Amino acid sequence: MEIDELYQTIILDHSKRPRNFGELPAPARKGEGYNPSCGDEIAVFVGESSSGTIEQIKFTGQACAICMASTSLMTIQVKGKSIAEALALKRTFIDFLMQEAAPATGLGNLQALGGVKKFPQRLKCATLGWHALEGAFKGRM
Amino acid sequence: MATDLLACTHRGDFPVLDQKVNGSPLVYLDNAASTQHPACVIDEIARYYREDHANVHRGIHALSSRATKLYEDARACAARFLGADSNDSIIFTRGTTEGINLVASSWGTEHLGPGDIILITEMEHHANLIPWQMAARRTGATLQYLPVHGDEGIIDWSLLDRRFKGSPVRLLAFTHVSNSLGCINPVSQICAEARRNGVITLVDAAQSAGHAPVNVQELGCDFLVFSGHKCCGPTGIGVLYGNPELLADLAPYQFGGEMISSVTYESAQWKSGPHRFEAGTPHIAGAVGLATALDYLDKIGRPAIQTSDHHLGRLAYERLSTLPGMRILGPKTERAGIVSFQLGTIHAHDLVAYADQFGIAMRGGHHCNQPLMRKLGLHATARASFYFYNTESEIDRLVDVLHRASRYFGV
Ligand SMILES: Cc1ncc(COP(=O)(O)O)c(C=O)c1O
Repeated sequence: MEIDELYQTIILDHSKRPRNFGELPAPARKGEGYNPSCGDEIAVFVGESSSGTIEQIKFTGQACAICMASTSLMTIQVKGKSIAEALALKRTFIDFLMQEAAPATGLGNLQALGGVKKFPQRLKCATLGWHALEGAFKGRM
Repeated sequence: MATDLLACTHRGDFPVLDQKVNGSPLVYLDNAASTQHPACVIDEIARYYREDHANVHRGIHALSSRATKLYEDARACAARFLGADSNDSIIFTRGTTEGINLVASSWGTEHLGPGDIILITEMEHHANLIPWQMAARRTGATLQYLPVHGDEGIIDWSLLDRRFKGSPVRLLAFTHVSNSLGCINPVSQICAEARRNGVITLVDAAQSAGHAPVNVQELGCDFLVFSGHKCCGPTGIGVLYGNPELLADLAPYQFGGEMISSVTYESAQWKSGPHRFEAGTPHIAGAVGLATALDYLDKIGRPAIQTSDHHLGRLAYERLSTLPGMRILGPKTERAGIVSFQLGTIHAHDLVAYADQFGIAMRGGHHCNQPLMRKLGLHATARASFYFYNTESEIDRLVDVLHRASRYFGV
């Protein structure tokens, strides 16, 4: 069924057992994402190393499986990256979801979210955590 | 009662229902968001455009007088539908939202001031909440809420009298049927209490007008609003009923053509009657389609539609209750055909997307009841809402798919 492309095993797994779930205390940066159409919210916490890479990352929130899994996979994928690299990955990820033949370079397990291409109404769900991540760097870039 | 009584005879009137979605027959359970259209409504709108269209109230020619007659006949039809004394108490709007905004703006600006209280309930749709927040801000009045208790959504209406006596409440705006809880508020009792205390009432009949007998004389309300698209009519058209005494000295809401009696470069005078509130070219085809829809509903009979709705709502409640981890909002009995629920830990979006794969159309979200959802500790619920063309076997299919979803998402 088409729905199985959306809810791949890894997505159901990450939605039920999100990795890096929780908060980081200050001075970690915090960014929030909010989806007014469904009330979903995600907060992302980022701790930077002295050299400006993402040393620690956690998130909290209440959201659908797609959003939880996307955010959970995101935290794994961006850990250790510089802020610029993380934001570049965000663009790659969004292009991957929106454009038919976009490259998936560096996306790793995030490619499991490719099913969203067939469910464009879920694009907001898949990108909410990423907007929260970007929000954490507001005023920093 | 004989099951599926109305669906047996009337489901076939709705061409859109006869289709497959994702390989399964469509089960349309999103009626609280918008209902579907019988062929007679679709045909009449097409006929109007093919044969009669021109602008209204402006031309002398044949088409213009036909269009004007149809538009004013539609007003008379809406008046009949609501049991209003006079066609002049019927104002065509874009829908419920615009009707409430019109009252909040025109009536609110003139009659509200610092110290006054606008009373609404905690179960109001955003359309019957935000206009009052804005009116309060503009006029210095205070917005207060009647609390909703528990998942059942109970409002203790017996406290109303004390509330009225204790403070300068000017207006009470409330929904007839809650679009998320499915509960039915005792409108005539509430309006009688308000009238005894000199409080103006506005009834949001978005979820009731097409589902049950709604008679403004019997309800005793001052204002009542509904949307065409929630009762087999087109989108972009709705009705505001106003008590003629209140409408008589109400200022217009928007300004332009159609609503003036004379204009100079310095000033303008308003038409009397409902046209004063209908600035600009109206949605003529919408009004024509709405009238066809209202006549269609009354031919079926709103008491029969109400019985069917309540039957499906109660049945859905009973059958959904058997699912493990099921939490249903709203009362167990005395409910309309609107059933919002949370199934285990499955997020409403996932549940609705899953059901869609089996051809079932439901709603998932906060249903424009965000503060209420927050109060109940919920972010979003799934909602199945019924109309007379739905069948018992569609409820069975819903239950079956929800069982599958529980296994799929592993609750
Ligand atoms: C109770 C209630 N009030 C108001 C509205 C708003 O109706 P409309 O969007 O047609 O203006 C709705 C529809 O969602 C509703 O259910």
